[in-house]
Parts: sequence; C-alpha cells; structure tokens
Amino acid sequence: MTVSRRGLLAASAAAPVLMRVQDALAQGIAPRRGGTLTSILSPEPPVLQIGVNNQGPTLVAAGKIFQGLLTFSPTLEPIPVLAKSWTISPDGKEYVFKLQEGVKFHDGHPMTADDVIFSIMKFHMEVAPRARAIFALIEKAEAPDPLTVRLTLKQPFQPFLLMFDNSACAIVPKHLFDGQDYRTAPAVQRPVGTGPFRFAEWQRGNFIRLERFADYWKPGQPYLDAIIYRIVPDSQSRRLALETGQVLLTQGSDIEPFDVPALRSRPNLEVSTKGWEYFSPLAWIELNHRVKPLDDVRVRQAISMALDRNFITQRLWFGVGKPATNPIASTTRFHDASVKIAAHDVKAAAALLDAAGLKPNAQGVRFTLKHLTLPYGEVWSRLAEYLKQSLRQVGIALELESTDAGSWARRVGAWEYDTTINFVYQFGDPTLGVERTYVSSNIQKVTFTNTGGYSNPKVDELFATARNSADAKDRQAAFSAVQKILCEEVPQIWLMEMAFPTIHDKKVRNVVTTGLGVHASFDDVFLTA
Amino acid sequence: MEASKLPGFLLRRMVKAAIVVLAIVVCNFLLVHAAPGDPASVIAGQSGVADAVFLEQLRRQFGLDQPLYVQLWIYLKSVLSLDLGFSHRQQAPVAQLVLERLPATLLLTGAAFAFALAAGVTLGALAAQRVGRWADSVITVVALTFYATPLFWVGLMLVLVFSVWLEWLPSFGMSSVGVEMQGLEVVWDVAQHLLLPALTLGLFYLAVYARLTRATMLEVADQDFVKTARAKGVPEGRILRAHVLRNALLPVITFAGIQAGQLLGGSILVETVFAWPGIGRLAFEALLARDYPVLLGVFFCTSVMVVLFNLLTDLLYAVIDPRVEVAG
Repeated sequence: MTVSRRGLLAASAAAPVLMRVQDALAQGIAPRRGGTLTSILSPEPPVLQIGVNNQGPTLVAAGKIFQGLLTFSPTLEPIPVLAKSWTISPDGKEYVFKLQEGVKFHDGHPMTADDVIFSIMKFHMEVAPRARAIFALIEKAEAPDPLTVRLTLKQPFQPFLLMFDNSACAIVPKHLFDGQDYRTAPAVQRPVGTGPFRFAEWQRGNFIRLERFADYWKPGQPYLDAIIYRIVPDSQSRRLALETGQVLLTQGSDIEPFDVPALRSRPNLEVSTKGWEYFSPLAWIELNHRVKPLDDVRVRQAISMALDRNFITQRLWFGVGKPATNPIASTTRFHDASVKIAAHDVKAAAALLDAAGLKPNAQGVRFTLKHLTLPYGEVWSRLAEYLKQSLRQVGIALELESTDAGSWARRVGAWEYDTTINFVYQFGDPTLGVERTYVSSNIQKVTFTNTGGYSNPKVDELFATARNSADAKDRQAAFSAVQKILCEEVPQIWLMEMAFPTIHDKKVRNVVTTGLGVHASFDDVFLTA
Repeated sequence: MEASKLPGFLLRRMVKAAIVVLAIVVCNFLLVHAAPGDPASVIAGQSGVADAVFLEQLRRQFGLDQPLYVQLWIYLKSVLSLDLGFSHRQQAPVAQLVLERLPATLLLTGAAFAFALAAGVTLGALAAQRVGRWADSVITVVALTFYATPLFWVGLMLVLVFSVWLEWLPSFGMSSVGVEMQGLEVVWDVAQHLLLPALTLGLFYLAVYARLTRATMLEVADQDFVKTARAKGVPEGRILRAHVLRNALLPVITFAGIQAGQLLGGSILVETVFAWPGIGRLAFEALLARDYPVLLGVFFCTSVMVVLFNLLTDLLYAVIDPRVEVAG
C-alpha cells in the first residue's frame, strides 16, 4: 500500500462514511466471525411472520429470518438478494428473475421458483394489503425452470421492482403454508425463511433470540452467532440500556429524539439517520376536509405558512429528519426540488385568513379546531403543543385531545377528527406511497387511505397518468405537475421528512448499508474484537 | 374458631365468590368492548397500509363480525369450561400467554410484598416504641418520602445509582440472555435482576405498612388492657409483642389482604420501567392493542386472586383475634 493511498484512507475514515464490507476490508478490518448482537424491539411484535404482520418492529426482527428477491440502495437502485439477476422486456410487461443457487429454508427444504410464485400470487395476495393492490396486475406467473420466475403484467408498471423487497414480498416456504389458513398456520408461530438467522426462542415480554443459520446460501456468512432483541417498553430504560452497553443497537422509535443529542456526544456510540430512504416516512397535519373552514384553500395555506418547520426539525426532533418541502419526500423517486410549499410567514398567513372572511373575536380567535394528538410517544405531544402555540398566533385555537393508538386508528379510519398528525411511508415511488392520500378514488373509511377527503379531478388524472406510463420521463412530467397543484392546494400540511436514529456501539459494523437500514438481513454485520 | 363451622362457611363463600367472579367477567367483557377501536383497526394503524378487505378479514378472524351478545355468550361458555380463549393477534392461547408471564409477576410482587410487610411492620413497631425520639422522626420522614414519590421515578433513580454509576446491578430484564448458566448461577442472576424492581415496588408499600403499624400501635398502647399488663409487671418487650403488636396487626392484615389481591395487576409501572416480563405489562399492552381475550384473561385471573385473598384474610382474622368468628 502506497503512502498516498494511506493518506486517502485516513481522510475517508475521518468522514462519517458508511462502513461497507469492502471499506472495512480496505482498512484492514476483516469481518470477524462470532459474537452476539444485542438490540431492542419496541413495541413487541405480535408475531414474526412478515405478511401476516407488517408493523415496524416485526419487519426489523423478521427481516433477519426472511428475504425478498431484491433490496434497495439508499438511492433506490435494486440490489440482488434471492434474485441473482433480472431482465425486463422492452414493453415493460415481462419480468424474468433468475434465482440464487443453493438457497435453503431453515427447515432444510431448498427454495425454488415454486416458493417464489406461491409467495407472490397466493400468500401476500391473500394477507397483505400493500401487495394485493399491486400483484393484482400480474396476469401470469410461471416457472420455466426451478430457478427462474417469469411474471407477465397486464400493463406496464414502472415501480414494480420496488415491490420485491423483503418488507413487501418476503419469500415464504410453500410447503408450510399451502392449503392452510395462512394467518393461523403453525409456521406463523415458528417462522421459517431463507435468511441468515433462524428463529430460536421467544420469551414474550422478555426477548427474541435468533441464531446463525449454518446452511445460509452466502458462504462464510453471516458473521454473527446470534442476535438477541430485548423487549424494553420504557424509552428512558431503553436509553439506559444503550448507555450501559447492555444493548449495542437501537433503531426506529426506541430512542426519543430529545435523547439523541446526549447520545451523539458519547464517544463509543455512532448515530445515523440514514437507512430510511426506501420507506421515507413523511409527517403531516392530517386535515379533515369535511370540517369547515378546512375546505377553504386559503385557510389551509394559512395554516401551512404559520408553521416554522425548521423549529420543528431542529428543536423538537433535534435534527433527526428534515423540513418537508412538498408532498413527495426528497429521497423518493420523482421528487421535484423546484416545487416548494410557501415559506414560513405569519403575517401573510393572517392576511389569508382575513381574506377568507374569518375575523378574530375579542380574544383574537378566528375559529377553533380540535387536534387529535398522535399517541406514539412524547415527541408527538410536544409537536401538538408547538402547533397549538403557533396557530394561536394567527388566531386559530387548537384544542388538544389525547388518545391511545386504538382510538386514534379507529377515529382516523372513521373520519371522526378535525385535525391530527399522520406519518406515512412512501415506499420509494409516489405511485406506491403518495397517490393513496390524494386521489378521490381512494376516499375510504380505512386508515392510510385518503381519509381527509381531498378531491381534485386534475390531481386524479395526473396520478393515473403517472401510474400507467411505462416511461420515466412521462411519469416525471405528471408528478412534477401534481406536486405543483398540491403545493398550491395544500390538502395536507406536510411538516417533516422523517428519519429515525439508528444508534449503535462503534464495534458493530455494517449496520446501515442499504436504503432499508436496520431492516436488512444483517448477513454482513460483524462485531470487532 | 369452631372447626365445625368452617366447611359450611367455606362452601357458602365459594359459591358467593363464583357468582362475583362471573359478574366481574360479564362487566369486564362489556367494559373492554366499550373502549373505542378494535384490534383490527389497531393492526391497520400500525401496519402503515390497509384496505377494506384487510379490515374485514381481520374482524372475521377475530370473531368481531358477530353481534356483541353472541360474542359474550361464546366467551362465557368458554370461561365456564375454564378455557380463557385464543389471542388471534398473537396466535396463541390466552391461558398459555398468561401462564408464561405469571411466574415473573408473582416473583416480583411476592418479593416486594414480603419485603414491604416485614420491613414495614418492623420499622413501624420501632417507631412506635421510640415515639417522639429521633429514630421515630427518621422512620416517619423516610416513610412519608417513599409514600409520596412516584414509583417510576424511584425506579429510574435506583437504576441511575446502581446500574449506571456504580455498575453493580443490571438495569432491566429478568435474567441475562444468551449466557449459558446452571443451577445457582441462574438463581443469583435472577436475584440481581430482581433486586431493584422489588425494592422499587416494595418501598411504597413499606411506607404504608410502617405508618399503619405505628399509628395503630400507638392507639392500642393507650388502652386499658396494656396498662393492666404493665401494672401486673409483664416485661415491656412482651407487652409490645403480645399485647400491643398483635392487636395492632388487624388493620395491617386488612391492608395486606387488599395488597395481596393486587399482586397480579399492581405492578404495571415497575414492570414497564424495568422491562420485567410480567402480567401487568401483558395486560397493559393487550389494552393498547385491544387484544380483548388476553385482557379479559388477565382480568379473570386478577379477580380470582382478589376474591381468594379476601377469603384468606377473613380466615386470618380469626386466627390472630379469637374474638372474630367466621360467619358466612
């Protein structure tokens, strides 16, 4: 190794770069076999079968047990997993996946094209709402040989590949599910996948233990002997567990944003907010358009302009996440950086409310709205307090209502709210994760549909164009146009492109290497001595 | 207590208890279903994606598509055959879920209960004996402090001192995971994990017992029979034990009976702070997830405990104070 190369490496080591295996090797840190990674899951998943349950913590732990055909880089480029390679026909209707050789399920059965087709066409189609909507486009699924899967679509669908990540379409063993009720099959209690770690033990309320799968298809991997997820329900206890080294890794909402600065300053810990690019959750104030005066576009614009999004991201989330600029997160495909919502301007907001004919009364209140606080932790209560203060400055009185997760989901699903907070995954492509909130055909009494009731025929048309076009250029044009309209009409008040802190001891390497971060299989994660 | 009265008394009380438990089951069922939201909407809310088919499938699987009275009837029938039902959310029988968590809670609350009762009564007696002196003041102030301090705060402070600063004890969980251990090592490991949560939970009740013992002992000490005992020359130590303390224990037993009934459900906060895998957390999480069968199962167990311990308390009265007779 030459001197100049050494200097270069030193510089790159100082920069907060992601440690990939290759980088680690280049720096002379060969992946070390052995060791147990301890982490936290919160809340405790009900079951670990992806598809039957798709909650955040389920996807994190079961992501080590199951694998999809592909995964995605931080810029959403497909990366091979169970599919070694794939081709797409020029008309965009035929997808052929070549599968990896020598892949075995944890019970010893080889994984073949049959399992893949069963997973797509039967299992996820039956249990998972996200897959059902997309896989209905598949006209024909065939296995020309045991290691090839050919899917023929009824029409071109450009975001199709994004549906083959583990979180959307985990490959499950056909022999353990076929002919049974998928939700109650015994395999749901003892999940069997192809991933680098197999399910070993679950003491409910205490811990989940996954152990190394010796017959994993990547030779020499995984490096870890086991992964243990402890169930720790209190956020302060989770922080202490990390600080005292009793766990080496936390993710998602384990650590409250206001605890992050203190943990950043600890020399043995590394804090990353990367690894959420595929999901790209966008947080917004969810408005119910049936409640007056929220049907008035000037009122919605005024609410949007009354809020300081920099304050929200810096003071409430301590820099974990960034201010939203439009309905499509900047990490999602087809985000148009030139289209932005109106800037923070309290005076202009007040002027808009005046123009809407909403005059303040003697107490300076123009109108009162109820706000259903999102019951997902302390930071959301703080956000509600902030919203109340800032909207009061422009004469809108916000009455906060607290609730629990069950009531929140029911009330949003039943349209029984004035305003609330929601954060919604975008799944990499606006057709998959953004369209559903704005098109009038998706106004349903179900959470995560267009519960607000916004309706604009032009928006419907543009989303349809983007959905049905095979050409990325046409789709970009439609999405840019729809971003412009939505930024003017502000059907929802976008606040923040969310990220969640992944915090780990520096001796844990390769934690965040893809656009799915801690949801990855961890077959390349290792502990330095 | 006349032995001949006992079987009849027990029988009458058991019948009454069964009726009470059954009434509680019905009330619980209706109360739980009155809470807004259902398990399907919770799962939809947590999954980030949902459609109408999904909600309908879940409701059908959970049996929520039936009218409420039908659901109640099905539940009553299964409870009467001692079947606590099935948690569709967790894909496991409720009895199994409850039984898995029962030992952890009984260990925690049992240890806390024993510690609180023993230390509380001792401290209360000491304080009463030295009333007005500095030992009394110290005990009273300490008891009042623990009585008034929120449990979770005490818990977090204990963790800060003993786990973070001194690094003597683990801060959460019930045992070390992923370490091979045998026999006594396991006992020692669990004991280390148990110490802080049991102390946290025990300190509150200790305060109650200490204050109660002190107050009733002072009251009893003023009564004529104590003066008589003293006048006829009974040693002071014996007066305190046999005359004062024994008579002062009745209210303490009443309270201990109530607390023992709460052994299953009263430790949610401590279980949460210390990630103790007990039944209190199971109930709390089942409530948040609207996992009705699990919640009802825990309620059922707790109500049986309360009824049992009430019965036991009544029997204990008669043992401690022969003037009290059992009567149904």
